[in-house]
Amino acid sequence: MNIWLVFILAGLATYAIRLSFILFVDHRSMPPVLIRSLRFIPPAVLTAIIFPEILIKDGALNLSLGNTRLLAGLLAALVAWRTRSAVLSILVGMLTLWLLQWWAVR
Amino acid sequence: MAEIKAEFLNGIRAELPILVGVVPFGMIYGVLALASGLTTTQSQAMSAIVFAGSSQFVATQMVSAGTPGLVMILTIAVINLRHALYSASMAPYLHRLRPGWKWLLAYLLTDEAYVVSAIHYQNTDPLYKQDDDLSAEIDRPSTALLDNRHWFFLGAGLALWASWQLSTAAGIFLGAVVPDSWSLDFTLALTFIALVVPNLKDRAVVAAALSAGVVAILAFAAPYKLGLMIAALAGIASGLFIEAKS
Repeated sequence: MNIWLVFILAGLATYAIRLSFILFVDHRSMPPVLIRSLRFIPPAVLTAIIFPEILIKDGALNLSLGNTRLLAGLLAALVAWRTRSAVLSILVGMLTLWLLQWWAVR
Repeated sequence: MAEIKAEFLNGIRAELPILVGVVPFGMIYGVLALASGLTTTQSQAMSAIVFAGSSQFVATQMVSAGTPGLVMILTIAVINLRHALYSASMAPYLHRLRPGWKWLLAYLLTDEAYVVSAIHYQNTDPLYKQDDDLSAEIDRPSTALLDNRHWFFLGAGLALWASWQLSTAAGIFLGAVVPDSWSLDFTLALTFIALVVPNLKDRAVVAAALSAGVVAILAFAAPYKLGLMIAALAGIASGLFIEAKS
């Protein structure tokens, strides 16, 4: 298939998904349980992306101290919890990762 | 008028700290897209047409691997299914807007613009926490007339859109000088950590996050990245369960 066609169809699918509830569903017809579940969407979705990113290394679960991304991620989470600053959390996480990588190749 | 401008600028301002993580991720996408064999035009176009970072990353891997087009479309769509949850979450707030606004804001509904806008809507909606009253609050004409919060969403969305397009371009043109060993792809996970952790405010939300994370690990090998959606739904269910118990 032509790559442009792939982009356009994938883009249309993504756009349709984003439009879905906004355009077609009247929230007054949503069941109350759905309304109550809305506040859990950000933590659930984002954590479902974060955990594999920092805990899975080379296709397998890695909980060891040798997992640099896990250590850097934990430190970033600590900074985010204490300071609530996105900038600081991202910078500390990145610097930690670089430091640990540099340490590992020495 | 003044309030519209304030909402719009506040939206941009709320998005700015997150861009520290988004820009390196966009640059790495640009680098990977070129390395996968896409042309500069195609690499940039994907950022505008698909406009969803993690699915664009996976798309570059699939291009390098020579994956059939239909499989690529399906995989990208499944990775982006989570946006249906975001759409559901924003729908109650946007339903009064003209269709043009809905079409525009849906295009800008990314992880990062969604989270800051959702938090803004919730924080400025005193009745939101008593969830049964959500529709009562939104449907009250007096508040609806004063509600300019979609301008906040627009500001956040446009700030993210512009930086995603520009950082893709930067990645495409600086490609050679951004080596793999910099691990800039890690900024995505860090950005999400910075968005999630400060909002873990009660036990139900913590339960939702933790169970989604654990299920995501267990379902990691599911085809077409379906594990993400399974994990998200499991997390939401756990949150509801803990909330009902307490």
